[in-house]
Amino acid sequence: MPTEPAAGGEPAPAVELSGITKRFPGVTANSDVNITVRAGTVHALVGENGAGKSTLMKILYGMQQPDEGQIRIGGVPTAFGSPADAIKAGIGMVHQHFMLADNLTVLENVVLGSEPRAGVRLDFRAARERIREISAAYSLNVDPDRVVDDLGVGERQRVEILKVLYRGARTLILDEPTAVLVPQEVDELFGNLRELKAEGLTIVFISHKLDEVLSVADDITVMRRGTTVASVSPREVTSRQLAELMVGSALPVPELRDSTVTDRPVLTVTGLTVTGADGRTVLDGLSFTIHAGEVLGIAGVEGNGQAELVEALMGIRTPTAGTVRLGGENITRASTRHRREAGIGYVPEDRHRQGVLLEATLWENRVLGHQTRRPSSRGALLDLKGAKADTERIVRDYDVRTPGIGVHASALSGGNQQKLIVGREMSADPVLLIASHPTRGVDVGAQAAIWEHIRRARAEHLAVLLISADLDELIGMSDTLAVILRGRLVADYDPSTVTPEQLGSAMTGAGRED
Amino acid sequence: MGRFSPRSLLLGLAAPLGALAFAVLVCAVILGVTGHSPLDTVDAMVSAAQRPRTFVNSLNSATTYYLAAVAVAIGFKMKLFNIGVDGQYRLAAMLSAALAGATFMEGLPSFLRVALTVVAAMLVGAGWAGVAALLKVTRGVSEVISTIMLNAIATYLVSYLLNPARLAEDRPGSNNVGTRPIDGGGQVAGLEIPGSSSQLFGLVFLAALVGFGYWFVLARTRFGFELKATGLSESAAVASGVSVKKMVLVSMLLSGAVAGLVGMPQLLGSSYSYSLDFPPGIGFIGIAVALLGRNHPVGMALAALLWGFLDNSSNSLDVAGVPREIVGIMQGVIVLSVVVAYELVRRYRVRAEQRDVGTALGRTKTAEEASA
Repeated sequence: MPTEPAAGGEPAPAVELSGITKRFPGVTANSDVNITVRAGTVHALVGENGAGKSTLMKILYGMQQPDEGQIRIGGVPTAFGSPADAIKAGIGMVHQHFMLADNLTVLENVVLGSEPRAGVRLDFRAARERIREISAAYSLNVDPDRVVDDLGVGERQRVEILKVLYRGARTLILDEPTAVLVPQEVDELFGNLRELKAEGLTIVFISHKLDEVLSVADDITVMRRGTTVASVSPREVTSRQLAELMVGSALPVPELRDSTVTDRPVLTVTGLTVTGADGRTVLDGLSFTIHAGEVLGIAGVEGNGQAELVEALMGIRTPTAGTVRLGGENITRASTRHRREAGIGYVPEDRHRQGVLLEATLWENRVLGHQTRRPSSRGALLDLKGAKADTERIVRDYDVRTPGIGVHASALSGGNQQKLIVGREMSADPVLLIASHPTRGVDVGAQAAIWEHIRRARAEHLAVLLISADLDELIGMSDTLAVILRGRLVADYDPSTVTPEQLGSAMTGAGRED
Repeated sequence: MGRFSPRSLLLGLAAPLGALAFAVLVCAVILGVTGHSPLDTVDAMVSAAQRPRTFVNSLNSATTYYLAAVAVAIGFKMKLFNIGVDGQYRLAAMLSAALAGATFMEGLPSFLRVALTVVAAMLVGAGWAGVAALLKVTRGVSEVISTIMLNAIATYLVSYLLNPARLAEDRPGSNNVGTRPIDGGGQVAGLEIPGSSSQLFGLVFLAALVGFGYWFVLARTRFGFELKATGLSESAAVASGVSVKKMVLVSMLLSGAVAGLVGMPQLLGSSYSYSLDFPPGIGFIGIAVALLGRNHPVGMALAALLWGFLDNSSNSLDVAGVPREIVGIMQGVIVLSVVVAYELVRRYRVRAEQRDVGTALGRTKTAEEASA
């Protein structure tokens, strides 16, 4: 289908990808991907983690070169050797993880790498003017002279967008822009996107949050297993249909059946206070109790003390005040090892940092965290046979997809690594499970399986502390919900009545309804 | 870590053999450019290898190098760089030599005397390494910096103590000074090898024992597991209940204790006294050997033998009219190229394994899954 920038008719698509295929050794990331992005629209690219969205966008942004296929920008066949080429062609990328220097001002961050010069001097005045112009033109509301460190998450994202516009981008790629935002900030972002669209810019929006996609996109392309499986219009599909297109099958729902909450407290935290390395109070007098058979969900924008809470409970961080009791025992000063032996299971937020040894075999990873207990060891010696047999059990029961337990953890997909971690932490009959984002980055099947394992253990009187950024998961899986904001628990909710919007308000501290 | 399969064995050998071949090539070019015949050099080395004396001397050097390599490898396994093996073994050898040669030891049974000497050396080595460990654990001082400085301090300490006014005595007829010679009861008898005028160090068995212990602790004990885990990911080890400070302290002490043994085969098997001409720099050879042998108990043994042979064949090169410095060049090129080769092999292995997993599961993984 030749596209000709005919006068009067439809303008040429802003971006057209046809037959894109990208192989990595042993892995096909994209095969025969076809996408047409109309100019002046918001085009959503949806798909599960691992569906190949990011690779595709890296190709479009010149960070990777396709093995096959063609890229056309405004109807002209193009090949990008590097992001610099893409930027020249008017394509800009807003990364999921912000790439800003905290200690510099907005102005300095924006000009970094394309500094305006007047002779040999840097011409900040002209740059400041342009930033003000762009900010006003698209209602980005960015002050060039503020230090990035003082900005909130939503504002930082707008700085990233401005940075891209400053370099002359006409097509913006936004990689999971809402992953770090609370619902209110998402609305603001969508307002900005509509503004950009009205000015004739084109936006490619990557997401797996379907309600958001339906509310903002003009066109939707669905990817599954590295290829494009459908192009739909948001007016024609429901979010459930979209989800099933993404997954290729019916969806699991996070929900608990009957309450299994008992009146036996397992974890009792009183006045827990943690001070950061810089002397700032990061946890401020937290008190809560989790009973046997209860799941306590903690909602909060990332960076409000969740990580510190988990580390204080695991004994990785020392609290400055307060007590932590497990059952009847005061474990405030106990070592991590003692806590683990006392029956605390731990699914860490960042599995590569705290959960697995990537360059160790699966059975060695089974031993990790359980090296003092059967079946992994006997006294000071490892029990290789016991550890391997139990790893086989976890691989079977938790459906870890692997050809064997002798492969390195790095060879498994993230979802399968996570299943191994959950299986490991659920073994040895824990009394308390601390689960940080237990289903982050895993596919739908694995997500359902992990939820089911938590439900089953809960029925057997496991107490669970659940921290998640997925509000549906929190609401569906918790018996009790608390919101953490700037190191304090600010509100409690009943998960059977609360809406994600209410949680979102409480998480930002914006509209407290009490 | 990992499976034992023909492929993994082949990959394990590919890097060191490749590096060796590359080093031979580089040396051949250098010899050719400087007007020496590479073939004559090979010839000289081969005929040296056939002499029992070279064989015994190589094995003796290898014994010493192997102990140094194990000392370094204990640290390497948890990403701890004990650059101070050199100072640790010299101080340990010097002080234990003074102890072994002391008159009050002469009444003790031979076995007890040797055991005391060896234990003293281990304690001194561990103590000297312990200074660096304490600095790291309590003050966060990089062990690289502190052990390097402790090497320098050890040098001055040894030369201060190695003085007739203190622990040493003059050697009549030379300007050498050394500790009081250890008499027969404190020595470890060597093994006679037919056709060789030199004896094999009796303590070659000590090195083998240390190698076995190193393997056993790492592969079979909880402590070894925690040591490796700390090396692979400190944050994951902490989350699994490992106290990293304790691990730093213990592994540094162990590394120092093994470093203390480095001087023993030479001291108790050949020189019987610590004097000014006791071989220096073995700690650094240990680093090279541990790198080449990839911290593997058998790999390091092979690497130590290669190093020992190269060192001992350099004498024959002189005789053949080839500059002996070519051996140093060769050793340097081996170390440099083996580091590169291991990284290449590691990357290949990761990709091959991911491919295997993909094939075994009936589909190829997407790149995001592989990197997630």
